[in-house]
Amino acid sequence: MTEVLLLAGTRKGLVIARSQDGRSRWQVEPMRFMMNAVYGVGIDTRRATPRLFASADSEHWGPSVFRSDDLGATWTEPESAPVRFPERTGEALRRVWQIQPGAESEPDVVYAGSEPSALFRSADGGTTFELVEALWDHPHRSQWGAGFGGQAIHTVLPHPTDPQRVTVAMSTGGVYRTADGGSSWAPANKGIAAEFMPDPFPEFGQCVHKVTSHRDRPDRMYAQNHGGVYRTDDGGGSWQPIEDGLPTNFGFPMVVHPHRPDTIFLFPVISGGERIPPGGACRVWRSDDAGASWQSFGEGLQQEGYHSVVLRDAMCADTADPAGVYFGSRNGELYASRDEGESWQLLARNLPDVLSLRALVL
Amino acid sequence: MRIAVVVPGALRQFTAGESRIELDVPADATVGTVLQTLAADRPTLHRRIQDEAGGLRRHVNVFVGDTNVRDAELLDTPVRAGVDITVLPSVSGG
Repeated sequence: MTEVLLLAGTRKGLVIARSQDGRSRWQVEPMRFMMNAVYGVGIDTRRATPRLFASADSEHWGPSVFRSDDLGATWTEPESAPVRFPERTGEALRRVWQIQPGAESEPDVVYAGSEPSALFRSADGGTTFELVEALWDHPHRSQWGAGFGGQAIHTVLPHPTDPQRVTVAMSTGGVYRTADGGSSWAPANKGIAAEFMPDPFPEFGQCVHKVTSHRDRPDRMYAQNHGGVYRTDDGGGSWQPIEDGLPTNFGFPMVVHPHRPDTIFLFPVISGGERIPPGGACRVWRSDDAGASWQSFGEGLQQEGYHSVVLRDAMCADTADPAGVYFGSRNGELYASRDEGESWQLLARNLPDVLSLRALVL
Repeated sequence: MRIAVVVPGALRQFTAGESRIELDVPADATVGTVLQTLAADRPTLHRRIQDEAGGLRRHVNVFVGDTNVRDAELLDTPVRAGVDITVLPSVSGG
């Protein structure tokens, strides 16, 4: 491990932090894309030099997707809008929430999840994206609602070895999956509760906050729902609750350990009505047995009077061993752990709200 | 006729620092026509002003002379030779 790069998208721009000494000391660089909300950051490691992505959204000048092929030193955008709705939709892109490289076998495929809820696929490394028409034309789409943060596809999980299979998630609408390369899509929410609907277990309409999976065991996925924490072992065919042992079943991020598919990280908050950690204690919760049991860690974190929250994409892990785990909060703090979530070091404070986080080991 | 689009400082990163973009447009051009010409000539600049569905971005104001097109005929507002079209961000945000 010579260098670790942390990309933090915030409400007012992109912050890059670098560590060159095994994640002990960090250099936080000046903010880029000032006054742009960076909802999504992505890292494509399938290239000789990793390609970085940032979706930057200006209230004045609209959204775009930028990329860097020199590890963040310079950023460019294509001359033509990289992500745009076709004319026949009558829609305009509001923002890109997720940028996700595809399977290893398709090194030029990159996905983008957008607001309004749509999936885009690039076949040229993220230069141009095409709307995945069948998902846009899905008969359920008119009934997808808007979560508190907007109506967006915030999670895209390409199957690591089968390029025909992709899972997406949105608030509110739930989880959908394709097994035929995007030609058809079906809801995959069986077992996930929707406490805000007359039928508590509808076919779709769930407010799924985040879904994650591990490349070694892709049919096992974990979901943090709006009131519910779940696991599926059959690629989304059915979901089972795994919230016993957690202080609450509400929260936003859900991160899987890079090397251990049974280890997952959460940041629970009290409820939709009280979005602060239980007892005002900032704690990360970890399960090492796929959700059968949980333990919490708070060393280095504020243990009383903490009123912030970690948003759905503002927690991530790196691929070092031991893995680094990171989170950013809405009160503009960035934390890193070098011992798999058990103790935490403050990297930066007084940033704008942290919206998205990805780490890269060079 | 020749029309100038005056670009605010925040957008000059997309014009290599130029503050005025001169365009050739038909004699009966409207603001919409000018923006379409700009889209072909400077696509990266244009999409900061108008989205892909043709709407003016919500917090962007376009003036023909001293007239905000939102107070006139929006994209159908006629333009005349010698009158600048000025793009400005509205005062908003926090």
